[in-house]
Amino acid sequence: MAESILSLDSKDKKNMPLEYTTEEGDLRIVGFWIFLAAELVLFGTLFASYLVMQSHTAGGPTARDLFKINPVMAETIILLVSSFTCGLGTLELRRHNTKGLIAWLVVTVILGFAFIGLEANEFYSYAVHEGAPISRSAFLSGFFILLGTHGAHVSLGIVWVTSIIIQLAQRGITAVTARKAFMVGLYWHFLDVVWIFIFTAVYLTGLVI
Amino acid sequence: MQNITNFLSHFFVTGDPMIYGADASIALASIGIVVVLTYFKKWKWLWDEWLTSVDHKRIGIMYIIAALLMLFRGGVDALMMRTQLALPNMHFLNAEHYNQVFTTHGTIMIIFVAMPFIFGLMNIAVPLQIGARDVAFPFLNALSFWLFFFGAMLFNLSFVIGGSPDAGWSSYAPFAGAELNPGVGQNYYLIGVQISGIGSLATGINFLVTILKMRAPGMTLFKMPMFTWSILITSVIVIFAFPAFTVALALMTIDRLFGAHFFTIAAGGSPMLWANLFWFWGHPEVYIVLLPVFGIFSEVIATFAHKTLFGYVVMVWSMIAISFLSFITWLHHFFTMGNTAPVNAFFSISTMLIAIPTGVKIFNWLFTLNRGRIEFTTPMLWALAFIPNFTIGGVTGVMLAMAPADYQYHNSYFLVAHFHSTLIAGTVFGIFCGLHYWWPKMFGYLLNEKLGKWSFWVFMISFNICFMPMYFLGLMGMTRRMYTYPAGLGWGPINFIITIGAFGMGLGFIIMALNIVWSAIHGKKDTTGDPWDGRTLEWSTASPAPEYNFAHIPTVSTRDAFEAMKEEKREGRTKPQLPFKPIHMPNNSGIPFIMGGFMFVAGFGFVFEWFWMGIPGLLGVVACMIARSFVYNDHHHIPADEIERIERAAGRLS
Repeated sequence: MAESILSLDSKDKKNMPLEYTTEEGDLRIVGFWIFLAAELVLFGTLFASYLVMQSHTAGGPTARDLFKINPVMAETIILLVSSFTCGLGTLELRRHNTKGLIAWLVVTVILGFAFIGLEANEFYSYAVHEGAPISRSAFLSGFFILLGTHGAHVSLGIVWVTSIIIQLAQRGITAVTARKAFMVGLYWHFLDVVWIFIFTAVYLTGLVI
Repeated sequence: MQNITNFLSHFFVTGDPMIYGADASIALASIGIVVVLTYFKKWKWLWDEWLTSVDHKRIGIMYIIAALLMLFRGGVDALMMRTQLALPNMHFLNAEHYNQVFTTHGTIMIIFVAMPFIFGLMNIAVPLQIGARDVAFPFLNALSFWLFFFGAMLFNLSFVIGGSPDAGWSSYAPFAGAELNPGVGQNYYLIGVQISGIGSLATGINFLVTILKMRAPGMTLFKMPMFTWSILITSVIVIFAFPAFTVALALMTIDRLFGAHFFTIAAGGSPMLWANLFWFWGHPEVYIVLLPVFGIFSEVIATFAHKTLFGYVVMVWSMIAISFLSFITWLHHFFTMGNTAPVNAFFSISTMLIAIPTGVKIFNWLFTLNRGRIEFTTPMLWALAFIPNFTIGGVTGVMLAMAPADYQYHNSYFLVAHFHSTLIAGTVFGIFCGLHYWWPKMFGYLLNEKLGKWSFWVFMISFNICFMPMYFLGLMGMTRRMYTYPAGLGWGPINFIITIGAFGMGLGFIIMALNIVWSAIHGKKDTTGDPWDGRTLEWSTASPAPEYNFAHIPTVSTRDAFEAMKEEKREGRTKPQLPFKPIHMPNNSGIPFIMGGFMFVAGFGFVFEWFWMGIPGLLGVVACMIARSFVYNDHHHIPADEIERIERAAGRLS
């Protein structure tokens, strides 16, 4: 038995979920949580910038002029459901059911695509039809960059989940693929949480105030 | 043809003989490196042993080499400024060129010298101090290094291709915006610093996990060496400060490239937002480069006073207090920008509060020295000089923290003297101290003490000649970033003295460089692994440490773990030699280097707003990430007999 690179005290790993059973998996999951903390600061800074800019419309379209509740509700519901299906995937992971896990991840990716499609359409209609591109006012700069950063994260998430689906299909559920599937789930739920704040701080306050 | 000539004359910086000299020396140095590597057939060695290495010790050495080169460039920038200011009405640099030089000086010294030097030292020392075989994420560690390296290269390219940034290292809007600062210089700043900043964030996460999860059995948090503690706290600051900077740089890049209005004056933008975002990172950044050297000084002072560190627990809590306070003081950088009195009062008080934990640390170092058997080695000299010199910088900081008084000092040479007193007497003395202290652990031989002491005395005295008069110059009314001044204000003689001091510091650096070359040939070999009678675990393994660091992971029961082990040995309590077991180590990988290269290509494309180049570059980065995700065979085992052979060769088996 090889001595590991890691000098962790040997805990009883038998009762742990599969992704925590190797020391490497354990380390990476902790590291990923810390990464998400950094992401929180990143989005926090973007939210702060947006809220400062919210009223700086420079005579251009305001939030109330632009936002429509229907597409926003559709985006919200799709993303929340995708987080739920991602969670169902983790449940299948815990049951060591490769096919179930892959199936739910595929559903998650499809919903992710739908979300990105709707968001791209929303951006396009603002920028082209409503005369509200990023360069129109500080408010729109803040809006496009806050939502665009979230959208870019979701897009990268789609690429990441897809690569993990392929790896699961190739290798089945192992300690390594389990860790990867679990981590991408954390990432996906995190983006969902960010969206809830966007929904509240951008759309709801924009439509009401 | 006309178009091509026109393009090239804008693409390359032309018209200044100094730049042509730089072009020629860059070309010659590059050709020289290629010729030497080819002649000695060292390309494969370079790739296999260094460029693809994920070994924290090698990455540390590469960080330090890069940081020393950058220190040379930043130092030359400083000497150019001091030459220009030596006498009234000088015409060595024009206003535009002077602006570029102080911008690159500041940016390089903070981002590409102080940080990588500290990252280098922590890469070398932290895993060894906690008895680990590598960091938590060795691949990510290599990636961090290459992102820093290519970010630095991109930034440095600016002065020969396209033109340097000239808006100061703090790059205030609206001057740094597209309208008032057209051209590519500012883009180089934004994108070069961004790329290396991503690497810094990854390093922060890496070392936080390493220290939290990979300590040797028995080493509880409050038994860790003080340097490791300082890195733990610094990592937390990095993780919470850097994302704000990432956003600030990205927003300004988007302003410049895509016409957004975050920091413009027109269309509702807010230049003040930049100042807030920048300093929300910028002030914690000061402690990112200071807390680690507090750790280094703690190690060195305890080692050469041959005593355990005084007030260990208080030392730790002081650093935690500093790290917390560092996030609520950022506004003191712009007291004069028209905040209300209560706001200024809050930040004034929070800033002054930092003096309390820092003062506590100063007294703890003094009490560590009290009744110690002090050995005046080169690292110890740097540490001892730090205490009074840094305290002067700290006290003048408290003077600047008083908001009403700051209206007098603000952006004067008093401020310049203050932050150089903290950053040179703190950070630079600290990295030189750490360099001499850990050099034997890195290379297996010691730096020469005589040359080391010469470089110390020359540098330290020159530092005082350079910066002490600056306080008075500031009080006499000279403001920072002036490129020249008229005669008759009484500033001339003081400026001349300052310039003498600056060149003296350059001489001190040259002596240090000579010392490195001389010692590489004649340096005293360190055969014991413990040349200083050290107290912490890095001295318990061979110098240089083997790839796997420790043949057996040590067990720790007290602070100063290695001192306790030596004590046990002196008392004759030796442990039986355990058999070696195979050791599991990460494989080398070329992906970090290639990914850094793609980042460089992408960055260069975005600097020139060539999206046909920038976007494929970014796709290359994503492709590298995907490629890495599919690598499963990423570890190997070092067999037990190989370990035995290595340990025997290092003379560690009796």
